[in-house]
Amino acid sequence: MDQPSKGAGVSGADVSDIAIEANAAAKAPVADRAQALKQFALSDKTFYWLTRASAICVLLLLGGIILSLIVGAWPAIQHFGLSFLTTQRWAPQLEPAPILGGLGPIYGTFVSSLIAMLIAVPVGLGIAIFLTELCPMWLRRPFGVAIELLAGIPSIIYGMWGFFVLAPFLADHVQPWIIAATSGIPVLGSIFGGPPSYLSLFNASVVLAIMILPFITAISRDVFMTVPPVLKESAYGLGCTTWEVVRNVVIPYTRVGVIGGVMLALGRALGETMAVTFIIGNSFRIQDSIFSPGTTISAAIASEFAESGGLHQSALFLLGLLLFVLTFFVLAAARLMLMRLERAKGA
Amino acid sequence: MNSIYARRRRRNVIIRVLCYAAAAFGLTWLGLILFTLFWNGLAGLNLSVFTQMTPPPGSKTGGLANAIAGSAIMTFLGVAIGAPIGMLAGTFLAEYGRHERLTTVIRFINDILLSAPSIIIGLFVYVAVVLPMGGFSGLAGALALAVIVIPVVVRTTEDMLLLVPNPLREAASALGMPRSLVIKRVAYRAARAGLITGVLLATARVAGETAPLLFTALNNQFWNIDMTTTVANLPVTINNFVQSPYEYWRQLAWTGALIITLAVLTLNVVARILGRERNTQ
Repeated sequence: MDQPSKGAGVSGADVSDIAIEANAAAKAPVADRAQALKQFALSDKTFYWLTRASAICVLLLLGGIILSLIVGAWPAIQHFGLSFLTTQRWAPQLEPAPILGGLGPIYGTFVSSLIAMLIAVPVGLGIAIFLTELCPMWLRRPFGVAIELLAGIPSIIYGMWGFFVLAPFLADHVQPWIIAATSGIPVLGSIFGGPPSYLSLFNASVVLAIMILPFITAISRDVFMTVPPVLKESAYGLGCTTWEVVRNVVIPYTRVGVIGGVMLALGRALGETMAVTFIIGNSFRIQDSIFSPGTTISAAIASEFAESGGLHQSALFLLGLLLFVLTFFVLAAARLMLMRLERAKGA
Repeated sequence: MNSIYARRRRRNVIIRVLCYAAAAFGLTWLGLILFTLFWNGLAGLNLSVFTQMTPPPGSKTGGLANAIAGSAIMTFLGVAIGAPIGMLAGTFLAEYGRHERLTTVIRFINDILLSAPSIIIGLFVYVAVVLPMGGFSGLAGALALAVIVIPVVVRTTEDMLLLVPNPLREAASALGMPRSLVIKRVAYRAARAGLITGVLLATARVAGETAPLLFTALNNQFWNIDMTTTVANLPVTINNFVQSPYEYWRQLAWTGALIITLAVLTLNVVARILGRERNTQ
């Protein structure tokens, strides 16, 4: 029954095509078949080695990065040695030999990332909890997409917004208020001391926080969504409040993933360049107040590298090497944690 | 008993309010950024931005034509160099080396490269390309972008190929297809939308990258598409104009920032739509 109707469905042109192809195949000499097989084997091997070489290329990239940083930093390593890590003075023009120490940018990198994380982690986790537990269903998707899109905006946009809009706002309205509130208190008074400033570590940290906020939110939301609904439903069924479900079910279940995500964000904050360069002030001196100018490793490289030479350039390479080693360990730890979570999910 | 309930409820309400506040706080800042960007950027957006060269200091006319062209070419070159390498490497991880030790190592290293500070990539390319070539060049900039593209494409390619059901490959192999043809004709075709998504995401990622271009491509005030010398590009132009004292330059910086953001958002949205099509199939 079925056979004839199928045959009728094949149009004349199709049939003739098939016939021609079959004819050509029949005419082909037997030797060509062996040749074709050989060609297959050759292209097979070529493709295999092409992919393998490309994969090894990724390893070479990492090796090349480390090697080039060491080569660039070598003169500075030899000249300054370990004192580079403890010297605060940065005097590239000094005669006869420049005195260069990395303490200022290293301090700035740590402090700005720390402040940024202190602001962004609680807020980011709060938004992630909001997105997975509290937000009305119809809003979750658009909200989540918006956050992910914001995470993709280039950092220079955040940087220039911070320079034109946020820094003046913070210096005129937020800093004076904090300075007044903390003046006279022993330690806080000096941390939040001094005149308000457009260019300061604090302003840079806030921009950094706003920049990594979508990133932290997106990762923690993904991690929170790995919690099996049954677990949460049972907790709700026992009469738990939203907070108790989050506190006793969601967070314990996802702890490793959340820490991994936070460390990934930390790796980003440590190495971020364009968001901080405009407003950090580029001062290598370490000052008590976070409202005074500072610099980070990446900001120092970005603003000085193009006009540097000799030992000065080498010192910037050394800073770059330190930054890379630092972020390497942070990112490696983050990935190991996230991998552990994935394995748990797979099991 | 009642006091416990009251306490639990109170604590829950406090946390809920905090979460709502966090969402409002975060969205306010992010909304504000987009609002300022569009407000300031649109004010300077007109045809001359796309037809005229970047202005000399103090000038009140001029556009971003050379910077836009330079950025487009460098981004394209970067993706054209980085994407094939990334795809081949991703193919190895997902197809050939699925059970090899090497794959685990490469995947781990790739994930680290994926989030390595982009300014470090700039330093690397400076030593590897700029110094041997004897000067800053657009090609060095494109290569720096390619180094950023590779890990992104490796990751997405591997993920997408791993989603292709194994019976497809087995069926093709059973028909006598060589392994490379199984990958090229069957696996690639099944994962096509995902692979394109990966390349688009990588393009979006590098389109606004500034740090690695600062001392590889540098910048150029004039029209130049000769990739062996310095080439104007949008991110570095914005970087220079933001810190300038000239009102007109700052206006152009906002407009340039808006153009970059729109390009990046469009790429992301298109990638997302493509990705969703694949999921609903």
